[in-house]
Formats: sequence, C-alpha cells, structure tokens
Amino acid sequence: MSLILTPNIESPDDFYEVLTEAQREMTDEQANDMNARLVLILANQIGSLSRLKEAVALSQ
Amino acid sequence: MLNTYDFPEFDYVQSDEQVSGTAARHSVVIVGAGPMGLTAALDFAARGLKVVVLDDNNTVSVGSRAVCYAKRPLEIWDRLGVAQKMLDKGIEWKLGRVFFRDQEVYQFDLLPEDGHKIPAFINLQQYYLEEYMVEACNQHPSIDLRWKHKVVSLNQHDDHVELAVETPDGIFQMEAEWLLACDGANSDTRRMVGADFTGHFFQDRFLIADIVMKADFPTERWFWFDPDFHRGQSALLHKQSDDVWRLDFQLGWDCDPEVEKRPENIIPRVKAMIGEDVDFELEWASVYQFACRRIDDFRFGRVLFAGDAAHQVSPFGARGANTGVQDIDNLSWKLAAVIRGEAPVALLDTYNTERAFAADDNLMNSTRSTDFITPKNSASKRFRNAVLDLAKKAKFAQPLVNSGRLSTPTPYVDSPLNTDDAGDWAGQMRPGTCAADAPISKGGKPGWLLEELSDGFSLLALGVDVVPVDAGVFTPKLLSLGKDFEDDEGLISQRYDASEGALYLIRPDQHIAARWRSFDAGAVKAAISKATGGPNK
Repeated sequence: MSLILTPNIESPDDFYEVLTEAQREMTDEQANDMNARLVLILANQIGSLSRLKEAVALSQ
Repeated sequence: MLNTYDFPEFDYVQSDEQVSGTAARHSVVIVGAGPMGLTAALDFAARGLKVVVLDDNNTVSVGSRAVCYAKRPLEIWDRLGVAQKMLDKGIEWKLGRVFFRDQEVYQFDLLPEDGHKIPAFINLQQYYLEEYMVEACNQHPSIDLRWKHKVVSLNQHDDHVELAVETPDGIFQMEAEWLLACDGANSDTRRMVGADFTGHFFQDRFLIADIVMKADFPTERWFWFDPDFHRGQSALLHKQSDDVWRLDFQLGWDCDPEVEKRPENIIPRVKAMIGEDVDFELEWASVYQFACRRIDDFRFGRVLFAGDAAHQVSPFGARGANTGVQDIDNLSWKLAAVIRGEAPVALLDTYNTERAFAADDNLMNSTRSTDFITPKNSASKRFRNAVLDLAKKAKFAQPLVNSGRLSTPTPYVDSPLNTDDAGDWAGQMRPGTCAADAPISKGGKPGWLLEELSDGFSLLALGVDVVPVDAGVFTPKLLSLGKDFEDDEGLISQRYDASEGALYLIRPDQHIAARWRSFDAGAVKAAISKATGGPNK
C-alpha cells in the first residue's frame, strides 16, 4: 500500500490547533525537539519502510 | 602502569633459506601473525597445506585492542581446536544497558538461543587469543612461524610472488605461490600491490583505558550517550579477563591525543564514571581514530587480503576481528583446493565476491552505528536524542537505539556458489547461510552437529533416504539422521525445517550450498560442481 495522499486526518482544524497549541509557549529549540519525537512516534504508526521512504521523499 | 599480563618474547631464528641464500618456493606465505594470520595458518595447515608466517615483531598484540568475540568466529576456532582455552579464559556476557545522561534508557539481552555449543559472545584480551593460537601453531609441523621477518618488497609473477624479507641478519629473497596479507589496517602489502583502500574517515577520537578493579560491577556491556560525567560524548564499560575492564571515552575531534593519554587526565574521567571511592589501577591507555573503508578487491593476482588489511570498520558492534576470522574460513578451503589443482583459480574470485559482500554489510552496519553515536549535524543529533528520550517511555523506540549492532555472520545470499532453492522453506537456513549448530547424540552420547561436519563437503540427510555420491575429491561425507546421529531435542528438525524431510549440502566452511526435499545424486553432484567452480575432479 502506498502513502495516503488524499485527506485522511479526522477534523483537520482540531488537529492543527492541537499541534500549534502544544508549541505555543515553546522556544524553537523545544519545539524542534518535540517535532523530532513526534516524527518518530508517527513513523511507528506507519511502520512500512516503503511508505516511510515515500513520506521522506515527499517532505524533501 | 600495572601489568596483569607478561608478554612472551618469541625467538627469532634465521631460516635455512636465508643462510643458504637460495630462494625457496613456498605454497603459501602469510604476512602478519595477528589474529587473522594465526587463524589462517591453523586453517591452512588443517587443510593439509604447509605455511610460512612472517611477522615483523616477536610478541603478541600489545595494548587493548579487540575485546568481543562472537559465536561464529568461536565456532571456527573450535573447528581448529583452539576455542576451548578462549572460552575458559574469556568472560561470557549477554546483557547490555544503555544510558542517556544519568538515566538508564533500556537494557537488552542478547537472548542467545539455547542448544548451541558456543555462547553468543565472550570478552577476552587480544593478547590471550594470540598466545593460544601461537601455541597451537608451534605444535603443528606444517606451520613455520618466523618472527622478526619484515616483507620489504614484492614482485608478482604469473605463478608466484617474489618477496624481499628483512630480518636482523639482513635482507633475503623468498618465493610464494600464494601470499596472504594479514598485516592489518596499515597493511604495507596493500601499498605494495597498489590497491585502493577507500571509505570514510570519521573526525572523532576515542580514548581507550584498561583498568584493573575488583569492584562488583556486573558482567554487562554499559553504554552511555551524553553522560553527566562526560558531557556531549559517549562512553563504554566492558569487562575482560583478570578483572581488567575496558573503558572507551569518545573525545571529539578537537582534543590533543597526547594530553588525553596522560594518567592525570584519565584518572579523573574514570573516577567520574565508576565512582570516586572505587579502587582501580590503570593498565593501558591509548587514543585512536577510526575509519570505515575496504580494499577494492580481496585478490590481486597471487596476493590475497584478509582482516583489517582488507576492511576497516568502526569498533561499535565488534565487527573487526569477528568478520576477519570469517574471511579466513571462506578462503582456506578454496585456496587448498586451488593449490592442489582440484578447483580452478577462478574459485578464489568467489572469495572476493562473498567476503566483499560481507565487508559491505559490516561497513553499512558500523557506519550506521557511528552516525547514531556521533551525529553529524544538529538535526541528526536532535533525532538521536529524541530516540533516546522516547526509548525510556515507549518500547517502540528501543530498536532505533544503536550503540553498535553486534556482529553476526553475513549470509552469502547471492553467491554464485549457491544452488537456488526449489519449493518453500521455513526458518533461518538457506543457501549461503552458515549451518546452525544443534545438540545431537551418537550412541547415547551427547554431542553437537557442527562437530560432525566434515572438513570437506557434508551431505546432511534429515529424514531423506540417500546413497553415497561420488564427487571425486569433493565426495561429501554422509550424515544421516537416525543412522549417524539422533536429534533427541528436535532442534535440528526445527532449525533445518526438516519435518517433511530435508537434505542439505554443506560446504567445507560449514555454509549451506544447496538443499532439497528429496535425494537426486545428479543434483547433488551438480551443486558440488557449482560450489567448487567447475566439473568434479
């Protein structure tokens, strides 16, 4: 199965708010650290190496 | 500094050929009497070759070098009859702990599978390993160990190599049909043949300190990322024999190695690591820088390369000496067959195919470990720290922690010597893997499968009826379950997926060449031809 590129996030605005709220009081350093952890947590949800490669390529 | 070990001094003896001044032609000459050269001497001699080993020094390895020895090289040394002393003297371990700052992130158990003769890992100082092999070489009539013999030049001819060798008595000429270079990462032989040796140099330095202490630290591998006692760097603590502990401190690129090596600078570091009130004495200190690189070809005409002379890896994962011994395992039966005229010279090119493949696998693994341990930019470091942070809280992040992936054999999956599988097979075995050990019994007496394998080819029949196959000099030894041995614990059947019957052709280096569900003498002969580079002799 390839990467989902059609809308798939349940309630996009709520998600985006959660993300920005989480980092509102953070310094760049703290937010970047959090982002790194978040990437790893989400990567584990995807699991499949080929899909992770696709995601890395898309983000470059 | 303290000395727990008395270094032997081996006698220099002037050879008859140097006295007479007439160059003698030897079938094999090995350059370097380190772990690889000594293993090669024992293996070549076990396969009926006469060998001369040249070493420019006259003692064993000085200082703290290779420490961890993995199961597969120990199985090879067991085949050569030298493993028991190593196992008796070595320290067996299986638990590793990983720390980030001052907290334990997770621990791993090597969880060695039961039912193998040899443990997953032992730690042992390199000088003991060499000492035991020198003893074994001295007892072998086909091995001629020559100390204080330095190769100063070589000339390749179609059928031999001409060597100029320097001893305390001057320079003399020797000839070798084949030359095996086991002269380490800074191999002079490699320079003499003009081989490329390319890869990465890492801009980092490490301090090795061996200390002697009686503290009751457990026999475990402890690895710290960014510890409070050594901020911004990594550190490792590992036990060796004689209450000697190996400590590695990452130093970074900007340090001055000469300053770092001074006891007054090392001692405070060690105290910070093991505790102020633990008594210890310093036995050895050195600073090293490492590279990940390999030679472009393991064979240059009549000169072959093995061990660090052919490939150099970072120390994380104990992939240096362990993979070098497997080079020898791969080479020795092929070289013996070529020298005896039983196989074409082209068989030696598969030494490069198979071992360069393994070297690349080791380089990939050790480069990955190095990139995790010493991140190359702030983004990589952020991810590294994120992994370590998460590993404390969530199991999913633990497999991402890389403090060294410990050495395991690289299967020769695409080797031209393999016969492709037909049908479906389960389990770890497949053409190109080394044969898994398992307990057996013979006439009620317990034993091990690997001990039963022949020095040549073996045909392991598990619930399949076979008759002897004539393949000339490569005629396999028949090993039939229920006739030659019993599989009381059922582990052979499990490891070799033999519940429906299986027949394995196993090479002289204990690697699987081919396997079938039923017996066909023609197929066995064809697989032996394929594994030996030509028609059966």
